[in-house]
Amino acid sequence: MRKGLDARVVVRRGAFDLDLALAAEPGEVVALLGPNGAGKSTALRALAGLVPMAGGHVRVDGADLRPLPPERRGIGMVFQDYLLFPHLSALDNVAFGPRCQGERKAAARRRAAEWLARVGLAEHASSRPRALSGGQAQRVALARALAVEPRLLLLDEPLAALDAHTRLEIRAALGRHLAGFGGAAVLVTHDPLDAMVLADRIVVVERGRLVQQGPPAEVARRPRTDYVARLVGLNLYRGRADGHTVVLEEGHRLDTVDSLQGEVFLAFSPDAVALYRSRPDGSPRNLWQATIGAVERRGDRVRIRLDGPPFTAAADVTPGAVAELRLTEGSRVWAAVKATETRVYPA
Amino acid sequence: MKRMMAAAAAVLTLAAAGCGDTGGKRDGGGGAKTLTVFAAASLTESFTALGRSFEGTHPGVKVRFNFGGSSALAQQITQGAPADVFAAASPATMKTVTDGGAASGQPQVFAKNRLVIAVPPQDPGKVAKLADLARPGLKVVLCAEQVPCGAAAEKALAAAGVRVKPASQEQDVKAVLTKVRLGEADAGLVYRTDAKAAAAQVKGIEFAESAKAVNDYPIAALAKAPQPALARQFVGLVLSGQGRTALTGAGFESP
Amino acid sequence: MTTRDADRPPGRPPWILVLPALTGLVFLVLPLAGLLVRAPWSTLGTRLAEPQVLEALRLSLVSATLATVLCLLFGVPLAWVLARVRLPGMRLVRALVTVPLVLPPVVGGVALLLALGRRGLAGRWLEAAFGISLPFTTAGVVLAETFVAMPFLVISVEGALRAADLRLEEAAATLGASRWTIFRRVTLPLVAPGVAAGAVLCWARALGEFGATITFAGNFPGRTQTMPLAVYLALETDPQAAIVLSLVLLAVSVVVLAALRDRWTGAS
Repeated sequence: MRKGLDARVVVRRGAFDLDLALAAEPGEVVALLGPNGAGKSTALRALAGLVPMAGGHVRVDGADLRPLPPERRGIGMVFQDYLLFPHLSALDNVAFGPRCQGERKAAARRRAAEWLARVGLAEHASSRPRALSGGQAQRVALARALAVEPRLLLLDEPLAALDAHTRLEIRAALGRHLAGFGGAAVLVTHDPLDAMVLADRIVVVERGRLVQQGPPAEVARRPRTDYVARLVGLNLYRGRADGHTVVLEEGHRLDTVDSLQGEVFLAFSPDAVALYRSRPDGSPRNLWQATIGAVERRGDRVRIRLDGPPFTAAADVTPGAVAELRLTEGSRVWAAVKATETRVYPA
Repeated sequence: MKRMMAAAAAVLTLAAAGCGDTGGKRDGGGGAKTLTVFAAASLTESFTALGRSFEGTHPGVKVRFNFGGSSALAQQITQGAPADVFAAASPATMKTVTDGGAASGQPQVFAKNRLVIAVPPQDPGKVAKLADLARPGLKVVLCAEQVPCGAAAEKALAAAGVRVKPASQEQDVKAVLTKVRLGEADAGLVYRTDAKAAAAQVKGIEFAESAKAVNDYPIAALAKAPQPALARQFVGLVLSGQGRTALTGAGFESP
Repeated sequence: MTTRDADRPPGRPPWILVLPALTGLVFLVLPLAGLLVRAPWSTLGTRLAEPQVLEALRLSLVSATLATVLCLLFGVPLAWVLARVRLPGMRLVRALVTVPLVLPPVVGGVALLLALGRRGLAGRWLEAAFGISLPFTTAGVVLAETFVAMPFLVISVEGALRAADLRLEEAAATLGASRWTIFRRVTLPLVAPGVAAGAVLCWARALGEFGATITFAGNFPGRTQTMPLAVYLALETDPQAAIVLSLVLLAVSVVVLAALRDRWTGAS
């Protein structure tokens, strides 16, 4: 028997088609990362039994949950906007699950009080959800989901509704609670930072399919789709490697330090791109001429979009460099990236 | 929104047209005159026929009827409804009109109506005479004592010394007929004219004691009649031999 | 109170709304003024003390309340089915529910006789099997009122159910709540204001019911004669008495509705 979650979720709705294999060990947090409409939330709702599955299975600790209705699956779910019951106090929201499991009112409330204390909301036990802040509501929702002592915890964008400041704080708290949770957990998010911080493993979903998975550091270092590359801020290309050179699909040749053969991905950071007004002397090997497509400020750096031919790329430079090199939209520049800054891995 | 405006405009136009129409008639443009008769509901068939014949002998005159419960009609008249003639189902209701000074001259009794026992066609209660109505278990409905048919029923039953426990005291004679027709009641007391009008669905059983509770139907031209001459002529027609024939045909008795 | 003040939109209400609003109000209140002006105030006391009046009032209150209870018992689940169950033909079912709204009440009464009367579709069987006969009984009054008033409750509750957030029910399901528990502990509390509003409408409609009641249950003092029936018959002989009875009915219903309203708004 396999412990934890072992599922294949198949959902078809009109043109939408989701087919996703998912596994999570007990104690493991798996993040489903993907663009809007990729099917992440649908997958989560299918695991919960809220969306009928066209095929596949949902096994938790060996038992198939697929034939069971949501209320008999023994899962805990935290919803995007928390969905606390507005007519119940925070305490009774948390006690709701234990009550449904047949516990007596007093016992359920005791348990709920413990959970509220654990998320640091003991003094808000009698508050109605309306009176809670976003962060407090999120913690009540978490306590409510954990109070049923689920073997599988599902979290649907648990931080999306929070403002940036609260988010930081709540993310850290959520991380602590997830670390203390003994069951399998699946977290849906479209924020790579949430995924990187909270998950042990990231599963990237695009258009209903798994496109990449691995530990956060691995996914961040070696993106395999444009979407992931954009999320982790890398330039990504496909090509054919032949030793220390890679011929990109766009036709350009780049020199690399890694030596591989066959279909590969090639990635480099926008920071690694150097720009010149005129052809530099001493000719670095990976040099090309490009047109500036866009100039936009990003914090203390400036992101320059370089349009092809031969290929598009992003370069990050300092504002000083923008002034010095007169980097404006439409102007022509020389771009270079050192072979040591490129990363090549099999496709 | 545009469609709604159009609909509203159409309604307004219709309303305006309607107003224009009635205005024309009231003005009597073209010499047309309208005689308005308020009459008890039980007179519907006989008076409609008389009205048609009145129109035949009075070219250019239109007779308009308002049939209804006598007391409701009397209320409307005392509250100033424009009517020329009032024919009531009981002297008591006529009295509320004459007391208010709304009648012109003395009302005259033009017909009498008496009660019969109405039973469903198969007569499940096996009712033959008035005394049978006192039988326990028999469902009897009467008119409420506040309405003329109820008062008459009470009088007849008292005269016969029969004590009936009605299942219901209905608001008018038609309601009694409905209950009998649907078989909810085994028997009810209704006017002979009503039983006759519903002959296909109920059986009317005459009883001797009904003579003790005969209902007089008085008629009067009204003081504020817009057409006083025509009003007098219509009353005359009702009291004439022709009127009598029409009324006896409907089940009324002559006074 | 203070929050309510803060919520008020700024500026003066526009006359284009205020004018028709006032016209509407006057139209609704003027007939009441007519009743009040013409009421025989001097004999009011003695008329009210008549046992028949009190009996009719008691019967009205009891039957309207029972009818409301029946409407809640059957109407709330019906509204739930209409709002939540997706089956072909639901549109038709919804239209059927509103039939009593459109039907003239007297016709409704006849229809009830044809269904539940001694010779009626179901009534025949009721009488044969259980010896139950509904016409001319207080139970008949309650049924007639229920028939006429139920659509008010169903429509009100269905609207509330449609407006309620379905995802809260999903959240409850993931916490292990069965559908019945969800209905009882989540759905019903969420739509409670709608249920309350529906029940008030329902009770008011039942209290004023005339046509279906007199047709189905008949009129007998103490058994089936409710206030509206007493008013109607009083109108035949003694219009002044009718006015008094109407005012009594009006006063009682206004007091009850106002009291209930305060309680509900106080609770929420």
